[in-house]
Amino acid sequence: MTDITALTAKQAADAVASGDLDPTELFEAYRAKAAADDLNAYTWVADAAPAANGVATTPLAGVPLAVKDLFATKGVPSQAGSRILEGYRPPYTASVVERLAQAGAPLLAKTNQDEFAMGSSNENSAYGPVLNPWDRTRVPGGSSGGSAAAVASGSAPWALGTDTGGSIRQPAALTGIVGLKPTYGTVSRYGMIAFASSLDQAGPLTRDVTDAALLYRHMVGQDHCDSTSLQHPEEIVLPTAQRLDGITLGVPEDLTGEGVEAGVLARFEETLKVAEELGAKVVRVALPHADYGLSAYYVIAPAEASSNLSRFDGVRYGKRVDADDLLTMYTTTRHDGFGAEVKRRIMLGTYALSSGYYDAYYGRAQRVRTKIAEDFATAFQTVDFVVTPTAPTVPFKLGSKTSDPLEMYLNDYFTVPISLAGLPAISIPAGLSEGLPVGFQLAGPAFSENRVLDAAHALEQAIGFDATAGRAG
Amino acid sequence: MSATDTTATEYETVIGLEIHVQLATNTKMFCGCALSFGEPPNTRTCPVCLGLPGALPVANAEAIHYGLMMGMALGSTLAPRSIFHRKNYFYPDSPKGYQISQYDEPLCLGGQLGDVRIHRVHLEEDAAKLVHVGASGRLHASDASIVDFNRCGTPLAEIVTEPDLRDASTAAEWLRMLRATLRTLGVSDVNMEEGSLRCDANISIRPVGSTELGTKTELKNMNSFRYIERGIRAEVARQTAIVRAGGQVEQETLHFDPRTEAITSLRSKEEAHDYRYFPEPDLSPVAITPDMLERAQAALPELPLARAERFERDLGLSADSAHLLAFRTELGDFFEAALGENGSQAAEPQPLANWVANELVARLGTDADPAASNVAPGALARLVAMVGAKQVTQGGARQVLDKLVAGGGDPDAIVAAEGLGAVGGSDELAPIVEAALAANPDVADRLRGGEMKPIGVIVGHVMRETKGRADGGEITRLVREQLGL
Repeated sequence: MTDITALTAKQAADAVASGDLDPTELFEAYRAKAAADDLNAYTWVADAAPAANGVATTPLAGVPLAVKDLFATKGVPSQAGSRILEGYRPPYTASVVERLAQAGAPLLAKTNQDEFAMGSSNENSAYGPVLNPWDRTRVPGGSSGGSAAAVASGSAPWALGTDTGGSIRQPAALTGIVGLKPTYGTVSRYGMIAFASSLDQAGPLTRDVTDAALLYRHMVGQDHCDSTSLQHPEEIVLPTAQRLDGITLGVPEDLTGEGVEAGVLARFEETLKVAEELGAKVVRVALPHADYGLSAYYVIAPAEASSNLSRFDGVRYGKRVDADDLLTMYTTTRHDGFGAEVKRRIMLGTYALSSGYYDAYYGRAQRVRTKIAEDFATAFQTVDFVVTPTAPTVPFKLGSKTSDPLEMYLNDYFTVPISLAGLPAISIPAGLSEGLPVGFQLAGPAFSENRVLDAAHALEQAIGFDATAGRAG
Repeated sequence: MSATDTTATEYETVIGLEIHVQLATNTKMFCGCALSFGEPPNTRTCPVCLGLPGALPVANAEAIHYGLMMGMALGSTLAPRSIFHRKNYFYPDSPKGYQISQYDEPLCLGGQLGDVRIHRVHLEEDAAKLVHVGASGRLHASDASIVDFNRCGTPLAEIVTEPDLRDASTAAEWLRMLRATLRTLGVSDVNMEEGSLRCDANISIRPVGSTELGTKTELKNMNSFRYIERGIRAEVARQTAIVRAGGQVEQETLHFDPRTEAITSLRSKEEAHDYRYFPEPDLSPVAITPDMLERAQAALPELPLARAERFERDLGLSADSAHLLAFRTELGDFFEAALGENGSQAAEPQPLANWVANELVARLGTDADPAASNVAPGALARLVAMVGAKQVTQGGARQVLDKLVAGGGDPDAIVAAEGLGAVGGSDELAPIVEAALAANPDVADRLRGGEMKPIGVIVGHVMRETKGRADGGEITRLVREQLGL
C-alpha cells in the first residue's frame, strides 16, 4: 500500500478489520499530516496514537476522527473558535464524540471554525482563517471550515461538524466534499457548545457518501443527557443505489435565480440532467415562505445565541479580565473575549427578545418557521426530495465579504430554510466552476436519511467528481 | 386612640406572598446531582449545574410529580404540558446567565388555601449561593465574593398568592398553614432557617373602602415567621408615613434587616430587569399524561384542612384543638398514634389533645417533634387514661410526664415507684380531711357559716399531706360531708 491516507474511511476501516492495515500506523499517518497542515484547519492535534487494543473489531476500526472545536473533549482544548474560551479544557466529552470513540473512531484533532459557529467563511475564528485547499486565497466556507478543509485536503479521513443554518453543507460544497446535516434531534447535542439550540445539529463531513452514512450510522441515538434527542426510527445503512428510478426531485420555484453564479447554476442544471438520466423525474415545487427563511433565521438564531452565550461571563472558566467591580469585569471580559460577528448577533438577539419586541421579532420569526416547515411537508407530498445548489457561489476570496455581513449571510440562502424545518439534507460535489467546487443539495423529509444517502450515492457515482486538486492543496 | 389604630382605620394593607419551596427530590431539577445538605462547597456539581459549555438540562420527573401534587392539594388547574422558559440575567449565582423557569404556562394555575387564593405555582431551579467576603456580608463593599454551586439547580416551586391578605399576622398564620400543607404532602422540608422555604411579600396600602390596589413594594427573602411579621409591619409603617406626608410609594424591591428593622432598596422600578423570557429550546415540552395525574392523585395524603375537619367531626375535638393538631403535622401524628386504632389506647380524644398540645409541647419546646422525644405515644395515652379514671391526679400526672420526658418509661411503673397513685376512696382520704379541719378550726368555722372561699386552705392542706395525690373534687365532697353542709 503506497499511501494509506488515500483510502476513504470505509476502505481504511475494512482494511483494518481484515488485518491488512495497522490502526496505529493509520492514526500516525494522519497525525503526521494533520500536524503538518498549513491551511490552519486545526486548533489541536493529538500527540500520539491511542492504544489500539481490540479496535480492529469495532465498527469504525480505529479510523481517526477530526472533531470541530466546539465539541467538548475531556482534557483537550475546546474553544469554539473563540478567544473567550482560550485554553479551556472541559472535564467531560460530548456524547457524540464519546459514542464515536466507543464505535472505534479515536480523536485525531480539533478543527478550526468560525467563532461559536457564527459565519460562512471561517474568517470569524479567533485563531485565524482557514484556507481553502483548492485555492489558498479563498475561504473554505463555514462555520465548519476547519473540518471541511481537513477532509478535503486529506489530512483527516473524516470529520465532525455542526450545522445551524448551513455550517456543514456550505463548507462541504466549497471544498468539494460530502456534508450531511441530519434530522434535528437524531444526534445528541450534549457537549456541543451551543450557538442556536433549536437549530444546531452535528453531522459528518466526509470524502464520499458512503463514509457519511458510516459515520452517521454511529452518531445517531437517543441520549438521556439531551431531552431534545430522538431515537432514529430506522437503522442507518450504507447506500447502494445506482439508479433514481421512480424518484421525483423538486426544484423550488421560489428559491433560484437571483444571486446565484452562472457557473453554479450550470452545475446544478447538469446534475438535474444526470438525475433524469438515472431515472428521476424533475419537477418544480412551491415553497412560498422559504424566501423569508434568512430573515426568520437571523432573528431566531441570534436570539437563542444571545442567551446561550450569556454563560461566558468570566466567572467560572475561560477568559476573565479582572476589574474593580462585577459589571466592569463582565463587560470587559465579553468585550475582549468575543469577536465582532458574535457581538453583532448577541446584540441582535438581545434586542429581538426584549420586552415589547418579542412578538414583533421572535414570535413572528417562529411563525414564519412554522410556515416554512408546512411548505416542506406539503412539497414532500408530491416530491421525494427538494434539490438546490448548496451555496450560491464558488469559494470567494478571503476578506471579500467580511465588511458586509448581509452579503455574507446570503451564503446560507439555500441551506437555512431546511434547517428551520429541522430536515435532513446532504451536499455532494457537483463539479467545478472556475476550477472551484460546486455543491448540490438534496433534502428529504424528517428521518429520511437512508433515502437521502441512497439518492446522493447514485448521483455521486454518476457524477464521478474528481477531488484530486483539493487533496493536493 | 393610638397612632397604629388611626392607621388601621385610614388605610388598609394589601399583601400577596411569593413563596419559594425547595423540593425534596433525590436529584437536582435538571441534572443528576444529589441535593446538597451542607456538604463542602462545590462538591455536588456537574457540567450541567455548573453551566459548562455544551451541557444540557433534562427535567426532573419527580419534581414535576411533586408540582402536580402541590397543584392538586391547592385546587389548581393543572397545565396540559410542562414547558420551561429561560429567564435571562447576569449574576454570578446564575452560571448559565439565565434561570430555567416557567413563564406563561405555569404547571399550576389558580387554586385556594384557606381564605387565600393561589395565583400560580411554577417550577424552576435554585441559584448558587454567594458568599461575600468582607465586613458587610453584602455584595456592596465586600472584598470578594465566592460562589458555592451545591445549591445551584435545586428544584424550586414558586407559589404566588393573590393579594388576599390584609395584615402581617394573618400573613404569617397563612404561611404556617401552607407550610403544614407542604410538609404533609412530603414535597419539601419547608425549613425557613435552612432556606427550603423562603418568602417574599408584595405589600401595598390603600384607603379603606378603596378597591384599587396601591403601588406595591416587594420585600425580599424573610427567613422566619417572626421576620415576616416584623418586616411587613415595618414596611406598612414606612408606606403609611410616606402617604401621610403627602408622598407617593415608589415601586421597588426592598430588603428588610431583622437586626435593625431597617428597610433598604435593592432596586427601583427603573432598574428592574428585562428578563427576555423565551421558551427553553433545550427542553422539549412534556405532555402531562393521565398516568402522571393518576400517580400524583394516588400520592396525595390527607391534608391538614381535611384532617382538622375529621378531628372535629369524628373525634369531637374543639375547633381550636383540631386545627392546632392538624396543622402541626408532627403533633397530629403523635396524637393519632397515642389515640391508637379506633381509640384502642383508651384515652379520651379531647383530654389527650390537650395533653399533647399543652403539657407535652410545654415540656418539649414549641418546634420539637414529639416522635423524636422519650415519650412513647402509648405511654402518654395510658397516662391520660389514668387521669380519666382518677387513678392519678392532674398534678400527679404532670410529674409522671416530667419523668417520661426525662427518661421515657411506663406510666404505671412510674406511678407505682414514685407513689404518685391517687389517694383513693373516702376510707383513706376521710381521716386526712378530718385532721385538716381539726388543724384549721377557724377555717372550719367559716365554712360552717356558709363561706366557701377558705375551702382552698383545707384542700391545700390535704394536698400537702398526700403529696398532691388526692383529687380536689373528692376532698371538697368529704369536707361538706364532715361538716354536714
